[in-house]
Amino acid sequence: MKQYVSTTNACKLCRPIGACLAFRGVEGAVPFLHGSQGCATYMRRYIISHFGEPIDIASSALGEKHAVFGGGPNLKQGIINVIKKYEPSLIGVATTCLTETIGDDVSMMLDEFKREFLADADSPILINTSTPSYAGTHMEGFRGATRSIVEKLAQHRLTSAEEKRVNLLPGFLSPQDIRYLKELSRDFELPLTILPDLSETLDAPILLEYPKIPAGGTPIDAIRDMGSACASIEFGRTVSDELSAALYLRERFGVQDFRIGTPIGIRESDRFFSLLEKISGKKTPSFHREERDRLIDAMVDGHKYVFGKKVVVYGEEDLVVGITSFLAEIGARPVLCATGGKSGRFKSAIKSVVDGILRDLPEIREDVDFWEIEELTRQLEPDLIMGHSKGYKISRALGIPLIRIGFPIHDRIGGQRILHIGYRGAQMLFDRVANAIIAKKQRDSDIGYGYF
Amino acid sequence: MNGVVLKERTGQVYEKGAGPFKLQCNLDSLPGAVSQRACVFCGSRVVLYPITDALHLIHGPIGCAVYTWDIRGALSSDRELHRFSFSTDLREKDVIFGGEKKLEAALLELIERYNPEAAFVYSTCIVGIIGDDIGAVCKRVSKKTGIKCIPVQSEGFKGNKRAGYEAACRALINLIGDGDIEGISPFSVNILGDFNLAGEIWIIKDYYRRMGIEVVSTITGDGRVKDISRAHGAKLNVVQCSGATLALAKMMKEKYGIPYIRVSYFGVDDMADALYRVADFFKDRQIMENTKALINDELNKLYPALKEFRRELAGKRAAIYVGGAFKAFSLIKAFRLLGMKVVLVGSQTGTKEDYEELEAITDPGTIIVDDSNPLELSEFLKEKKVDIFVGGVKERPIAYKLGIGFCDHNHERKEALEGFIGMYNFAKEVYSTVMSPVWRFVPRKEG
Ligand code: SF4
Ligand code: SF4
Repeated sequence: MKQYVSTTNACKLCRPIGACLAFRGVEGAVPFLHGSQGCATYMRRYIISHFGEPIDIASSALGEKHAVFGGGPNLKQGIINVIKKYEPSLIGVATTCLTETIGDDVSMMLDEFKREFLADADSPILINTSTPSYAGTHMEGFRGATRSIVEKLAQHRLTSAEEKRVNLLPGFLSPQDIRYLKELSRDFELPLTILPDLSETLDAPILLEYPKIPAGGTPIDAIRDMGSACASIEFGRTVSDELSAALYLRERFGVQDFRIGTPIGIRESDRFFSLLEKISGKKTPSFHREERDRLIDAMVDGHKYVFGKKVVVYGEEDLVVGITSFLAEIGARPVLCATGGKSGRFKSAIKSVVDGILRDLPEIREDVDFWEIEELTRQLEPDLIMGHSKGYKISRALGIPLIRIGFPIHDRIGGQRILHIGYRGAQMLFDRVANAIIAKKQRDSDIGYGYF
Repeated sequence: MNGVVLKERTGQVYEKGAGPFKLQCNLDSLPGAVSQRACVFCGSRVVLYPITDALHLIHGPIGCAVYTWDIRGALSSDRELHRFSFSTDLREKDVIFGGEKKLEAALLELIERYNPEAAFVYSTCIVGIIGDDIGAVCKRVSKKTGIKCIPVQSEGFKGNKRAGYEAACRALINLIGDGDIEGISPFSVNILGDFNLAGEIWIIKDYYRRMGIEVVSTITGDGRVKDISRAHGAKLNVVQCSGATLALAKMMKEKYGIPYIRVSYFGVDDMADALYRVADFFKDRQIMENTKALINDELNKLYPALKEFRRELAGKRAAIYVGGAFKAFSLIKAFRLLGMKVVLVGSQTGTKEDYEELEAITDPGTIIVDDSNPLELSEFLKEKKVDIFVGGVKERPIAYKLGIGFCDHNHERKEALEGFIGMYNFAKEVYSTVMSPVWRFVPRKEG
């Protein structure tokens, strides 16, 4: 592959958008971007097109003179205005490239602001996270903000030692995924603090009154208690130590940490379920065991359709790792695993999830764009592409079906309702994969055919 | 209504009839107010976007490029370079040591890969800070490749979208004047300020063809570098809608002596008026006759259909919040034609004159607002008991969360709303959202 210097159709987003999404998953929080107005507006637009939900991201709306003299005054005035209008319990401030480059010291500014304006106890919590986009993608922004929230709020409170509260740090999953995790929490009778929790804030109902801040999100008190949980579970095999909130909680409060892969496919889900069994001391409830049984049954029924089918997967690193693991299990052949991220852990994560099943490793590419993904896809001639909406162009150009997963999905409805994780998620993925292959076979056949 | 409006913003909201008309506008967005506005870069990108055989390279970190990737509905009749998102994707070391080298390499690489007719290089916020000289790089690369590379000075923080329009126009004027203008008809125009969303410029071009008028270039919808280079050969510039390309028309007037008129292609009256004014300009009997015949023809087709819609829509209440105010004028008239009442109208970047005009043509009680935000808008929509809201992507979920119909009137639209057929499409869209049974099930309407 030729070395390239430009980026054509990036397979990643910028860092602050990840932070805004993470902040959005905290109860009563308003994300705030310290920078010029454009970034915030663009990100809102982008998020809206996937979730179909309003998302208010405030901005310090810097102009030319602020870029020269520093953005402090605008930041402070902006926060005051947000407090007045939204009455938030938390404001999550992320920097942009602009304010990173001019060197605004946001921590200091916020401290100053608190001294000047926030005397009373019920004033909102201010949390900041540093998100220069020239150093990391939206996923670093997401993980970084999550960790900043934990660092700022988690305490060791030792409320009731016998309570088995567990921290769950899921990374960037769909609202449906988060709802599924909540279901598991009930079924295992294991109280989970899920951070962040986008399940309601970015998938909200229509109500009689328009809420300034949508309901839902991780309660702040629950975050405070994270330091006294009995364990933390963090999804994602590519999370670096500096960005791992679970690691922080162990180092700071001695909370035992389990850092496992995102539970996509059977084996990654098995790992998760056995962890839940271990922590809760309960057997997996029968309903979930049955879902697993039915999944295996379905995989047997459909195995011939998917066997050996070549698949290109792209997107966020941890999602791609999970999907790759799943594809290997069902007998498909991931031929390209691509991501715009650059954690440095992508390759080894892929290798470890396919170990023992795949004979040939797929092409594994990090820090790529869609120009390179397209080139490789042309060479590899896959039967199927899996990833978010941005692969549509390639799918159309090459006539290869695209199965939409992850974020963003903006050319279809319902991206927020896709379940990726657990046995149930694997079942849904399996059905979609098999059906896409069957549909293509029908379409390509001269006569079409009615039965399998 | 003032409860939801920040004190600093009260001058930017006016309810017609409540005291003498005074509306502040043209201010910087208030920090923390969650403005619906974008940035200078956004304005430039919008205007230049539909030039489909030019390369559009965005110099900066990845976000600015990625959020503008293929989000517009501007269609092309051949090349589609505009639908790519090209970026220098600046990294830490570029920010520290400067990004000019990378820019040059990226530009050379992409020119070799795509062989475009010209290249636009957009500077974003961070480029303004680190001080890369994009003009110098463009010059060097133009020399090396023979491809015209044009810097677009669009650092996001240097104003709002409207400043971006002007930066785009300054870039565009560089393209004009190179082409051969031999053989251009004395009855010829350039179409300015139309972006060929959902193929709209094809509708308009067809009207001009039927009138007997040559369209020399379309700036910028379905735009071609070669055509634009001949734009100075046209006899008249017809500038559509908001101020997006007005600055270019002024520059061309100064430089080439080409007069311009401002028109709107939305709604029946404005569309007909646009064509008549163009016909008037040429003072040619045949053209005027053609124009009359064309308009008659189209109206005969359109009116019966509109009457059907009107029967059910009459009396419903509409709200408008759009980027430029000019579009709002036409929308108000279009709603009137459907028997509907406009109760809220606002824009991101209207001027003093725009708002005065809005004040003049709206009914008492209408809210007029500049640079609004979601909380205000939601409050106004509720207060005014709106049945349909017209806006863009960021306004859509506000309407839906309130259980209100919505019409997309933005750069992403997939339905052509210009011309006579556009009025029909608009009415149909309004009808399909206002009359949908889903509203029976939303809490606000239940019980
Ligand atoms: S400047 Fe940075 S933060 Fe803003 S959109 Fe561009 S990449 Fe994202
Ligand atoms: S960085 Fe500047 S140019 Fe880019 S989106 Fe943000 S405001 Fe606009």
